[in-house]
Amino acid sequence: MAKPKVATGHFTGCFGCHMSLLDIDERIIDLVELVEFDKSPINDIKRFSGPVDIGIVEGGVSNDENVEFLKQFREHCKILIAIGACALNGGVPSMRNTVPLKECLEEAYLNGPTISGGVIPNDPDIPNLLDRVYPVHEVVKIDYALPGCPPSADTLWAALSALLSGEEPALPYELVKYD
Amino acid sequence: MAVSMNNEKRKVVINPVTRVEGHGKVTIQLDENGHVERTRFHIVEFRGFERFVQGRMYWEAPIIVQRLCGICPVSHHLAASKAMDVVEGVDQVSPTAEKMRRLMHYGQTYQSHALHFFHLASPDLLFGFDAPVEKRHVLAVLAEYPDVAKKAVLMRKYGQEVIKATSGKKIHGTGSLPGGVNKNLSIAERDALQAEVDTMIEWGVEGLELCKNVTKADLDNLAKFGTFESNFVSIVAEDGCMDLYDGNLRAIDADGNKIFDQVVPADYLDYIQEEVRPWSYMKFPFIKPLGKEKGWYRVGPLARVNACDYIDTPIAEKERQEFMALGGGRPVHATMAYHWARMIELVHSAEKMKELLADPDLQGTELRRKGERRNRGVAWLEAPRGTLFHHYEVDDKDQITLANLIVSTTNNNEAMNEAVRVIADQYLDGKEITEGLLNHIEVGIRAYDPCLSCATHALGQMRLQVQLTDADGKLIDEKLRG
Repeated sequence: MAKPKVATGHFTGCFGCHMSLLDIDERIIDLVELVEFDKSPINDIKRFSGPVDIGIVEGGVSNDENVEFLKQFREHCKILIAIGACALNGGVPSMRNTVPLKECLEEAYLNGPTISGGVIPNDPDIPNLLDRVYPVHEVVKIDYALPGCPPSADTLWAALSALLSGEEPALPYELVKYD
Repeated sequence: MAVSMNNEKRKVVINPVTRVEGHGKVTIQLDENGHVERTRFHIVEFRGFERFVQGRMYWEAPIIVQRLCGICPVSHHLAASKAMDVVEGVDQVSPTAEKMRRLMHYGQTYQSHALHFFHLASPDLLFGFDAPVEKRHVLAVLAEYPDVAKKAVLMRKYGQEVIKATSGKKIHGTGSLPGGVNKNLSIAERDALQAEVDTMIEWGVEGLELCKNVTKADLDNLAKFGTFESNFVSIVAEDGCMDLYDGNLRAIDADGNKIFDQVVPADYLDYIQEEVRPWSYMKFPFIKPLGKEKGWYRVGPLARVNACDYIDTPIAEKERQEFMALGGGRPVHATMAYHWARMIELVHSAEKMKELLADPDLQGTELRRKGERRNRGVAWLEAPRGTLFHHYEVDDKDQITLANLIVSTTNNNEAMNEAVRVIADQYLDGKEITEGLLNHIEVGIRAYDPCLSCATHALGQMRLQVQLTDADGKLIDEKLRG
């Protein structure tokens, strides 16, 4: 029987959730036996090769490229899991939502004390920023959400293992207690 | 892949280059004869930390700004703490606090460098830049060199455990704060880490030997690959010793002469400025006295090993001397020399951890100091990827009114653009675009270990999409790799 396929993706975040996944340490050697990785930062597949069983995404949605790639995840993944504060509620990057985008751009590219000859970046080769940072569930339907900043490796491992066995994840309190 | 050379201008787009914070993209403009006219390395992410952190209480900075990066949050956690030490009027933290922070920092340098070298560089270095796609990722390393891959996983794990013991969590910890730290190292924690540290030094040396052997086997080619000369910037101690945690700023030119030396953080605005270009969200720092054209510089392992006068741990110092001999009295400029320099720092970090773990100050109880409040704090440290600058201004209500962050990889922006240009000239100019070419550009960027490299392709390579468009932007041909 074919191994289940897992894809992972990253949007506007810090990559800490993927780093936390790597904190499964030696269990990665087992994971590689249990599943087949499709599109993911942790292998060399850059495009979805077809439908995928489980998709895991971190990071919120802050530009038009994020929207495009997130929609591809929903299209291809039977089960889509959002992990980490950024994906679930926008996280730290969404702190810009209380400030007009124009002010954020001006502070970074015009007003900063080290700026010499500033200009706001604007070019067809770079993505357009959205008015706010959005959690992923405001763009696509999400099947499961795992909060944390980041969720611990043990939490990620427990949830993933349950789903791969066809069970509903039932995480004990210690794994979902966050600071 | 056949490319029609029909005497039209073409633009080659590589998107995404997934080894930077967020994503990066390369565009190469070709003229009618297929010669490289212009190359650009675009950074396509923006979040706005410098603005949205305004209004927050100053003691929140170490917790908030470390969310800039999930690979090196410790760098930002410590840089922000050091800047806020100045704001709290603490010009010298307690010995326990300094050593806890140093241990945290060497732990993170160790895990970051191990992950970069083994998971990213080793597939190219072990199998060759032109090896088939299926082999150029760490799954293939795991299959053919399982010992090497397993050690890499355990080396990263050790660094993460050091971070957890010193900051409370492996990622986004809370251990460092303005004026000091909030925990010391327990005897149990120390014993657990001490038990493994000699092995970590040993494996670090093995990794360095592997890197040196592979490099020496193809020295002439690797010395030229994507190579150009530049200025270098690094923090050094008062006596010029390598110091990844603290010190003053030094800049050297391509011949190794000092441009400036022992600059203190408070004066940084006289020495570093940033240019903005409309086609990238990442800025372009330069040395102010030299101006925009000539003032760009490199940071990170190659800069640090070149700029320092010596390293104060024995194995790393011996290795540094062997490395510097490659330059024949001048700094070493080769892009691929970054890997070798990085591995020297890996060994140095492990030697430093061993020293610190034996120090009883780590069990000391003076954790935090207080002083006279000030309204400005500037600090820096040498993050794994390069010099990291944090500057904050704070008002009398204790709220942040300004934040200026020059993040390590940003310093290398011009250099990475130059590497792409040089490699495009070396391998693309006037030639058919092949899959191997794509990997060559990737290898050049990867040497700089831009942030996100760690996990973005821990087991793989950059996904690359190359599109040929004619002068009207119509797609002529497309190649996807991965």
